[in-house]
Amino acid sequence: MVRFSQVGLRYPEGGGAWALTGIDFALAPGSFTWLLGASGAGKSSLLGLMHLSLRATEGEVEVLDSRIARLQRRGFPALRRRIGVVFQDYRLLPHLSVFENAALPLRIQGMTEARLTADVREILRWVGLLERAESPPTTLSGGEQQRLALARAVVARPALLVADEPTGNLDAAQARRVIALLREMHRLGTTVIVATHSEALPEEYPAPTLRLEAGRLVSHG
Amino acid sequence: MAEARLRQLRGRDPLGLRRALADRLLPALVGAMALLAALALAGADGAGRLAERWQQGEAGQLLMQLPRETPVEPVLARLAALPGVASVAAVPEERLRQLLAPWLGEVPDLPLPHMIAITLRMETDQIPLLEVVQTIPGAQLELRSEAVRLAMRLAEGLRALSLAMLGIIGLVAAALVAVATRAGIAARRDTILILHELGARDGDIAGRFARRLAWLCALGASGGLAFAIPALWYLAMQALPVVLARDAQPDDLPWAWLALLPAAAALIGWGTALVTLRAWLRRLP
Repeated sequence: MVRFSQVGLRYPEGGGAWALTGIDFALAPGSFTWLLGASGAGKSSLLGLMHLSLRATEGEVEVLDSRIARLQRRGFPALRRRIGVVFQDYRLLPHLSVFENAALPLRIQGMTEARLTADVREILRWVGLLERAESPPTTLSGGEQQRLALARAVVARPALLVADEPTGNLDAAQARRVIALLREMHRLGTTVIVATHSEALPEEYPAPTLRLEAGRLVSHG
Repeated sequence: MAEARLRQLRGRDPLGLRRALADRLLPALVGAMALLAALALAGADGAGRLAERWQQGEAGQLLMQLPRETPVEPVLARLAALPGVASVAAVPEERLRQLLAPWLGEVPDLPLPHMIAITLRMETDQIPLLEVVQTIPGAQLELRSEAVRLAMRLAEGLRALSLAMLGIIGLVAAALVAVATRAGIAARRDTILILHELGARDGDIAGRFARRLAWLCALGASGGLAFAIPALWYLAMQALPVVLARDAQPDDLPWAWLALLPAAAALIGWGTALVTLRAWLRRLP
């Protein structure tokens, strides 16, 4: 499903310092994994490699059985469509409504209006935002925006769901609700990896963990 | 139903290009370019038609002057036998006196030379004719064709200049579109990145920009053309009585070329936006 072999990442603009070095791990299909580490440990970089917004400087990254280094550029869009991403800062489009934001992945896939309307309404109901479907996302609370980001990430039923600090900006109640939705996706068969700097969440919801420190994987289990 | 339709319309513009690439400044600038392009096109077409008319109607016309005592008929026979000579005719003395009357008045006793009008076929070599003229004492050939050739060269020059202007206008229009595209990218950078990460193909994103810019360019060019046509018609009405000694006719304007201007502008907008966007997207992982 996901496999990293001796992966290293160095940002060209970062003065040549390595953001990640010697990363080795594999995620089984249908697993739920916590990615732990303090701020700056390299969690976002590792997730960026996983959802193809970054390219490894060395080593081999395999995502959904595709070896990224061997993949041609025209193959990336199709692979990205099988990966759902939840960003800490939501990254919603302010000029589109809640419905249109959630519908984006389906529109990118070229789904017809009639088919996507039912799917988007269902997913908005699932995250509790159906009543706000025509509102602009800027009128939503932080928790609602994160749930909308989650709805957008899962509406196309991805095989891999990557969430980068999805509860970082939320209060405890909103955070629990988002985690419950992520676990629900896992229960439905999606491979889920969630980055967090919180030690409390893995304790409350036990699952396998990857722990990063200064760009190195220090524990896996 | 109306809600679904509204959604569909919004969904067609996920990049928000209707706001990022507004329909004011760029169409106005492209409209000005189209106005200039229409003038250049009409200039090129007009110069081409003028050169063609001179070439067909005037270039082969020559006038030969013979001393009064030289017999005309043998010369006419020799000239008519030369290759490329379409017609040879002596100008009647009465006609010559009529032509001179405005300058000299009625002077019936004034001795006039014989004048022979010669018409050559197109692309005729004039050397045999010049050789014949040299064998006739006192004969002179007025090479009106030389003056016509110079005028034709001028017309061809004007035509080339107009076409070069057209090319420059096209390049400036492309540069304008490239600047507008870059402004659109700057305004929608985050949105483009999100669509890219959600799996949108480069061609899909670039195509949305290209279609929007093609539409804006076509809109601007149509506006520019609406201003250009009355201006061109006015110029034709003023110039044709002087240059061709006749009134302007509707088919004096190059309608087919003018009608292509909005399509050409749209093509420039579409192509430039596509190239600019693809070059930018290629830098993304």
